[in-house]
Parts: sequence; structure tokens; C-alpha cells
Amino acid sequence: MGFVSVWFILFCAVAVLLYYTLPKKWQWPLLLVASCAFYASYDLRYFGFIAVTTVSVYFAACRISLLRARQNSYFQEHPELEKDAKKAYKAKTKKKTWAWLIACLLLNFGILFALKYINFFIGNINAIISIFSESKIPTFDKLLLPLGISYYTFKTAGYIIDVYFGRYEAEKNIFKLALFTSFFPTLLNGPIDRFPLTAPSLFASHSWDEKRTRFALQRIMWGYFKKVVIADRLVVAVIAIVSDPEKYTGVMVAVGALLYAAELYCDFTGGIDITIGVANLFGVEVSENFLRPFFSKNIAEYWRRWHITLGTWFKDYTFYPLCTAKPVMKLTKFCKNKFGAGVAKRVPIYVASIVLWFGTGAWHGASWNFILWGMGNCLVILVSQELTPLYKRFHAKHPNIDGKWHYKTMCIIRTNAIMCCLRLFDCYKDVPTTFKAFGSIFAKPSFGLLTGKTFLGLGLSAADYIIAFAGILLIFAVSMIQRRGSVREMIAKKGFAFRLAVFALLFAVIIVFGAYGLGYDSNSFIYSKF
Amino acid sequence: MRSKVVLRAAICVLVFAFLFFCLQRLLMPKYTREAEEGRLTAEYYGSDKNHDVLFVGDCEVYENISPVTLWREYGISSYVRGSPQQLIWHSYYMLEDALRYETPKIVVFNVLSMKYGEPQNEAYNRLALDGMRFSSTKLKAIKASMKSEESLISYLFPILRFHSRWNELNSDDLKYMFRSTPQLSVGGYLMRVDTRPLNTDPPVGHQLMDYSFADICWEYLEKMRSLCEENGIQLVLMKAPTVAPYWYPEWESQIREYAEKHSLKYYNFLDHVETIGIDYTTDTYDEGQHLNVWGAEKLSAFFGKELAAIGAPDRRAEKDFAESWAKLCERYDAVKKYQLEILEQTGTITGFPVPE
Repeated sequence: MGFVSVWFILFCAVAVLLYYTLPKKWQWPLLLVASCAFYASYDLRYFGFIAVTTVSVYFAACRISLLRARQNSYFQEHPELEKDAKKAYKAKTKKKTWAWLIACLLLNFGILFALKYINFFIGNINAIISIFSESKIPTFDKLLLPLGISYYTFKTAGYIIDVYFGRYEAEKNIFKLALFTSFFPTLLNGPIDRFPLTAPSLFASHSWDEKRTRFALQRIMWGYFKKVVIADRLVVAVIAIVSDPEKYTGVMVAVGALLYAAELYCDFTGGIDITIGVANLFGVEVSENFLRPFFSKNIAEYWRRWHITLGTWFKDYTFYPLCTAKPVMKLTKFCKNKFGAGVAKRVPIYVASIVLWFGTGAWHGASWNFILWGMGNCLVILVSQELTPLYKRFHAKHPNIDGKWHYKTMCIIRTNAIMCCLRLFDCYKDVPTTFKAFGSIFAKPSFGLLTGKTFLGLGLSAADYIIAFAGILLIFAVSMIQRRGSVREMIAKKGFAFRLAVFALLFAVIIVFGAYGLGYDSNSFIYSKF
Repeated sequence: MRSKVVLRAAICVLVFAFLFFCLQRLLMPKYTREAEEGRLTAEYYGSDKNHDVLFVGDCEVYENISPVTLWREYGISSYVRGSPQQLIWHSYYMLEDALRYETPKIVVFNVLSMKYGEPQNEAYNRLALDGMRFSSTKLKAIKASMKSEESLISYLFPILRFHSRWNELNSDDLKYMFRSTPQLSVGGYLMRVDTRPLNTDPPVGHQLMDYSFADICWEYLEKMRSLCEENGIQLVLMKAPTVAPYWYPEWESQIREYAEKHSLKYYNFLDHVETIGIDYTTDTYDEGQHLNVWGAEKLSAFFGKELAAIGAPDRRAEKDFAESWAKLCERYDAVKKYQLEILEQTGTITGFPVPE
């Protein structure tokens, strides 16, 4: 039961109906039942994995909370304790809580590694072994990859790390934690929510609210528009280009990169719009994952606006802890003595950035393409940081240029051009093909390929291109308006007839121009594979 | 305030439902310019439900059996429920659907589709099923016919299948958005008056690995027999006298054996071509694959005698029947005349042209 199916719409309709008609105390249990049913509709075997994660995280978090509570009550009962004794007790508690945290993270990331990365790992070991011998370690043919495993593993990892650091108490009700882990709208595309942000609305009682429902439905429709009208239309051309790198070289690689940028954005943000809209139908608030990323003026800003929850997860749980980790501090000190303060101040940032981007790349997929994609991002960001003095000198010479529209546009185009190049790793089947395709843009541009015949040979008709282009223009226009505030709020101020006409038109466009049905795989979201 | 919200919600639901309905009506294929046979299934519901003989099967019935000839020659009231490459489960559910409206005395099933043991083509499923009125029978028919890549919901809401027709829309889509397309068949029969002779020896089929009919075909034939038995209907099996696709002797013996086992009448008209008087140089419009109207009339005249002999009543003296059939005969003659005029003017016939 994918998002793009009548069954999903009916499923949500029934769930919403029950949610607001049943007694309020049953609202969150109903969401849990609905989430289980949604998960079961994919594969019953997935249950085991998500159950292991939920139970292990629940017990580890409770244990950590309990140990800390014991420590606090011990200190209250023994106010006479001296500082050293307190310190020793704290160290003992910390050791135990640390053990629980590490055990829990190892178990859950171990499952993720075993299911998602083991074959990639074995493949690389085999590549190394092949230099010396002909023997090979066999790979696993039929590994299950439970739906949303990357999302719920990271979500629950964030939760237990926060509990460990005492940012909040562990949830005492295992079923509530199970709902946080498995809340059905977030299973396909995330976002990677934080417990204290989602939990209050997830477990609270909600009364039906007309405006909230209206806004939620509008958001869902907007998501479907992006997904089925644009993304699922463009994917045909993107696949045609990247699956035939011998034929489509030079300028067509750049065309493919542009089309993929539009497809990826519409696919992922479309999925997130549906996710947030469906969650809002139940009065549940989940995190925003995008903030008009294509308007970013540099890569660092882009990553603050694209897949926000993944970026903040890595920042909060790898970047910052690594920057202040003891081994890194030691390395910094060593570098300061050997190479001076200039190098030393870069060490924690470089180390943490490399780990962060390696992790981000690996999160997206078990292949060198994704890892190099991550490292490419890292390189661009670090080089950009190194060039800061140069930028400063430039801005000192041109003090008012920041506010000029042509400078802003140039920065935006530059950012998107770099991102398009990096995304090529995501498109092509392997690293050599990616480099070859990228190189052909400069070595053999083949501008002669830019003909109607070439474009019509990509599996789309002229009308398809017009629809996709018009859709992209509409998204651009909406994004421009969003800078001044919520478009839905603006529409809400208009009369009922106008509002109805706007959304009836959007509905008709989705139904008629959507690329779904026989021959399409609309339920395949790019980010649900990660 | 609350009533205002409820009213607005109701208006929204109605507007969206109406829009959905209108778009569906607009985008559904009208089958006026191509694949005209897609109109056949729905046309049955507009007929007078007074049929003593019901034919079910593929093009071997709807292009080879002329109910008007059966009426004129023997006073037999009949109808052909056929569609292109109609599989045996389509035929079974067409029969079950027809029984919701009438109970004929004789059901004739053309056995060619026994050769297909699995759904063949989504397009043919659509041609057979989209015109069927909604009922539990339709649901069962859809489930039995769907290929793995198809979905039930797209049969219930065909716009989910045909929405991509937006770039193929023509004036007929608007014209017939809310009204029926012109009647195409006469009693379920599709006429062609032109001739493309078979000037060579009839084709012979290549050797097959396995000549056994699939279990599912036997299962549906058995279900059809039981359904007829339960409703006091005599089931008759037939094989039309068309030379392609090739009808293997091994298939023939399986059908004969089944017919004998269950005491069913079975007519293989390939064995009676000379008696019927079919001449493949004049009585076919596509080199022996389908009969033209002259061949269909000969076959129907021959088969009518047999049907009358096994209990199909002569209704010519009954006023209701006579009135109803007079209209059909008039239309039949008009179609024939219209096609002959086209043939004379252009020298060719495309599709199944009928006067407006």
C-alpha cells in the first residue's frame, strides 16, 4: 500500500474517521494499530526487525533513565557524600549507562549494517582478496531490507542518545515508543523526527479542526502533484539518459542532471508533503524537511535546507560530539604542537566533516557512488571554508554586492550547478561511468544532440515536456511566494468559491496529467530506498 | 458555524465527486474511431431481454453469427455476447451477467478460447469488461481476468487507467461524454460486407509441445455447464468455420470427448463447410479468419435449423417479439446498405461502419 494508491487514500480516510469518532484516549493506540496495518501491508516479516528495534531501544532507554534516577535519589539520600565519592558514583553510573547505550546502538546499527551494507562490505573485501587469490567470500542473495529501516534506526538512535545525555526522560510506555518508531506516514520517506518534537502531538488528544484538515488535504494534494505529475513523468527521461551512457554523452549528461534535480526534488518533497499532510490530518506535527533548497547561495546553506532532519541528525549526533571527543582533542593538541594553531583549529572540523559526510553518503546507499558523493560534498564545503579569506577580500572590495539580485542569482546558479554535478554519482551505475559521463560534458559536449528528436527519444512526448515544465514553473512561483509567507494562509484569506476552484483544478490536474497507472511505478519513492 | 462547515465540506465532496465523474466520462475511450468492438459489451443492456438463444464467445461468434438471419429464417430470438479474444472466463461471466436479466433456453459457447489458459492482454480485458454494468459478477470477472500488473481499482474507476488519454481526445470524446455512442451491432453481431478471399490452401498450425487445454479452461467450461444446468438451460458447443487460428484435431477430440461425456451438442462447422455452402473466396473479408455478412448468413441459416431442432422456439407469430425484431431487421438492412454504398464508393471498408 504505497502512498500513490487509492487503497492508501481509503486507508487514511477510514483511520481519520475512526480517530475522531472513537474516544480520545484511544486516539494514539489507533495510530499504532494503523501503523502496524500499514507496515503489514508491505511484508509481515518486517515486523520482527522494527519490533527488535523498539524493544531494545525501550529497555536500554528505560535502563539508562533508571540508573540516572537511582544516582539522583542516592545523592538526595546521601547529602553528606563528598565530591570525590560523588564523582566516583557518577563515573560508575556513566559507565553502566554508556554500556547500555553502546549495546543498543551496536545492536540496531548492526542490524542495519547486516541488512543494508553487508554485501557491499563483502564485495570490497573480495575485491581486495582478488589481488592475492581467487577465493571469494560468498554474498547474501536474499536479504530483507525492511521498509523505512534507515529512518526508524536513526530516529530511535537519536532518541536513546538524547536519553543518555539526559536531554529528556525515557518514555515509560513501550507502545508509545512503538508508535514513535513506526508512525505510518513517516515510514517511507522520513523525516527523521526527534522524540520531544513529535511526541507531544503524537500522544495528545485531538479534536477535529476544520482549518487543520483543510490545510492537511491541500498539502497532500500538493505532494501528489509534485510526485505524480512531475517526478514520475521526468523519471522516464532520466532513466533513458543514465541507462545509456554511451549514447547520451556531453550536453545530454547535463540535461540528465537537470532533469534529475527536478525529479529528485519533486519526488522527495512530494513524498514529504504527503507525509506531513497525512500526519496533520491526525493533528500530529512532524518536522519540515525542506526549505526551498534550490534558492541556496552555497552548499553549506543548501544542506541546511535539503533533507534538514538528516543533516541535523548527523550534526547533533556525529559532528558536534566528534569535535569535542577526547581522541580528536588529543589530535588537535598534537597538531598544534607540530604544525601550529592554523592547522590545529582545522583538525576537529575536518575530522568531524569527513565522518559526517562519509556517514551521510553511506546512509543514502551501500555503494561507492554514494560514499564518493558524500565525500564530494565534504570537499566542496571544506574548500569553500578555506576560501573564506578570498571571499572576504572580494566582499571588502564590493561591499554592497550581497544585496544585488544578479550576484544572488549567480550564487544560486553556482550552488545548483555544483549540486547537479555531485548528484551524477546518484544517477549512474558506478563510479567510472559517472566520471566518464561527467568528463564528456567538457571533453565532448556534442551540442548537436540538443534536438527535438533526441528529447522525444527519451520516452516523453512534447506534451509531457510542456506539462513537466509548466509544473516546475508553478513550483518555482509557489516557492517565490512562500518567501513572503504561507501560500495556504494566503489562499485561506480568499473566498470559499475561489479556494474550491483552486483545489478542484489541482485535483483535476493530478488525476488527468499524473504519470501513474499501468506502466508506471508511482509507489516507488527515491528516498524510500535509502 | 458548525453547520456552515458541514455544508462547505458537503459542497467540496460533491464538487470533487462531480469533477471526477465528468473527467472519467470524458477520458473513457468511446471506441468510435478504433477498436469499435469495445462498445459491444455495453450494447447488450440496451437490447430487449427476450432471447431464447444466447451466444457467448470471441470474434468467431460476433462476426460469424447473424441473429437477424436466425430470426428471419426460423423466428429464433437470439443475441451474441462476444468481445475480441473473449476468454472462457469472460464468456462465463458474460453469461452469469446476462442471467441477471433473462434466462435463455439455449446457450451456445464457441470453443476456440479453450486454447487460452491465462489472461492474454490488458486491452482485451478492457474491451470485454469496461462496458459491463457494476455487479458482483463484474467484480468476479475482473478478478479472474486481470494480469498481474493490473489493479482492480482501475476497473472500478477506469479514469485511473485511461487518464493518459488526455492527449488523444477528439470531438467524439466530447460528443459522447454524457450520451451513448451509436448502436454498432445488430443483436451483438458485427457486420462486414466486403470480401478478401482466401486464395491459398487454409493454413496449417505448427506443432505444439502440449495440446491439452489448461485446467482453468476446463474449470470454467464445467462452471458454465453447471450454471446452465442450474437454470434449466441447454448448453451447446460450437466451433466456427474459420480457418485461422488453426483448430488442431487434438483439441477437437478433447472437446468431442467432453461433449459426449456430458451429453452436450457440439457443432464443429469446419466439418460442414461444404454443406453450409461457405466459399472462402467470397464469404470472408480477411482471408478466412472471419466471415463476411454473406458467409455469416449462410452459417446462421444452417445453424438455425439445428437450433430449432433442439428446442429454440419460433417467435414470429408473437407480437412483442415481431415488433422488436422488425426494428432490428430494419437496422440490419440499413447497415448492410450503408456498407455496400461505402464499398461501392471507396472500394474498401474499415472497421464496422454503421449509419448514424
